[in-house]
Amino acid sequence: MDLGSVLQQLLVGLWAAVQLFALTLVFSLPLGLLVALGRMSSWAPLRHLGTEQELAGKANGKLVLALRNFRPVQLIVKLFISILRGTPLMLQMMVVYFGPYYVFHVSLSGYSRLLAAVIAFSVNYAAYFAEIYRSGIQSIPQGQYEAAQVLGYSRSQTFFKIILPQMVKRVLPSVTNEVITLVKDTSLAFVIAYQELFTIAKQISAAKTTVMPLFVAGVFYFLFNSVVAWIMERIEKRMNYYD
Amino acid sequence: MKVMELNNVRKSFAGAPEVLKDISIEVDKGEVVAIIGPSGSGKSTLLRCATLLTEMDGGELSYSGERAAWNDENGKTVYAKDLKKIRSYFGLVFQNFNLFPHYTVLKNLIDAPISVAGRNKTEAEAAARDLLMKMGLSDKANCYPCQLSGGQQQRVAIARALAMKPEILFFDEPTSALDPELTGEILKVIRQLAEEKMTMVIVTHEMAFARDVADRVIFMDGGVIVEQGDPKSVIGDPKEERTKQFLSRFSN
Repeated sequence: MDLGSVLQQLLVGLWAAVQLFALTLVFSLPLGLLVALGRMSSWAPLRHLGTEQELAGKANGKLVLALRNFRPVQLIVKLFISILRGTPLMLQMMVVYFGPYYVFHVSLSGYSRLLAAVIAFSVNYAAYFAEIYRSGIQSIPQGQYEAAQVLGYSRSQTFFKIILPQMVKRVLPSVTNEVITLVKDTSLAFVIAYQELFTIAKQISAAKTTVMPLFVAGVFYFLFNSVVAWIMERIEKRMNYYD
Repeated sequence: MKVMELNNVRKSFAGAPEVLKDISIEVDKGEVVAIIGPSGSGKSTLLRCATLLTEMDGGELSYSGERAAWNDENGKTVYAKDLKKIRSYFGLVFQNFNLFPHYTVLKNLIDAPISVAGRNKTEAEAAARDLLMKMGLSDKANCYPCQLSGGQQQRVAIARALAMKPEILFFDEPTSALDPELTGEILKVIRQLAEEKMTMVIVTHEMAFARDVADRVIFMDGGVIVEQGDPKSVIGDPKEERTKQFLSRFSN
């Protein structure tokens, strides 16, 4: 068996993994912010359904009180997050890839495996990033909002100028953790036969009855992650201009 | 015209007795008002109502004759739709400074004037540097808040509030987070502002300072104004039993 040709095939796989990784980050990092905002939405369209004093003693008082606290956006996003975190990413990828055919009888030809993987990964990782962002946003002291409000900042100015930059710094270590997990998770795309590093390594390994390609793949993942960790460390250092 | 007028303010938090019971305060231009009283007397809540950080249950609020809040037919407070202009009338200095940690001192001072008040950058920066000089912090313009002492941070916070050129400046226990030495720094700055006839309302536990600097002292307890007037008489010779009791712990 020719080591050179194995390496060449695995490098193609590595490039496929890098594409999936990069595209997932490009979409999931901002999408996570949107999900986080939805998760924290306090929009309650029914909150004007009478006051507590009016409702006291009435037969349906409890029900109306519950309706007043009904926050549809938050509820939907919560459900979305719990499903995405509560089921395997592999299964979600299969749903995204095969779903269109089974549900709508749409032909799969032309539907790229990379696209399906990127959609599934982005949505799944957005759910995790959303919760990380939320913890970051909620850790910003109330005083920051109050100072901004008194100075006259609008709500969106307060968020983008005051809260978001501080949040990014606070969540960076947790985000690094997720990003490193993502590097290894790209191997899950084998389930829809996306030709990435692990898929290819397994194929060669089965065909040639040797574990060598799998071992090399392991080294590639490790190197890939070393680069990612180094970049994240640099970013963290750059954010250290204040305490 | 009164710089600020608060009428019949009522406020209670869910399930608790009223924090503010029908309080009215007005402040004249150039006047320095000190609000004293025990913890839980409603001083800070009153300040938060005046600065629109807490919504009043009932009561009216206006700045320089412009209405920010009024009572509807049920005596419940209704706020003006657009409060942006109202917010430009006042500034607030917090107990914990609440500077923006990711901005330099200079940026803390110029960002709101530029992005809220729409001033141009050169003008805002010149004004900010003047303020820093006045606060004795000229050499700190490019520092981050975390590199400053508490007293310096509070002076930056005062400068940040002044940079918006408010008509009236509120202080919520501005020295409570500082040791006695740093407290002195801040009191000196406030005294200087008083000499320049800045209109100020100061919630404080510094009795000697209130007596020396304020034109009027208000003693609050249990959500009402117990006594108010000339500082020499309220602090030096209180009429009400509750005021005497509170001030007995404070001796010259």
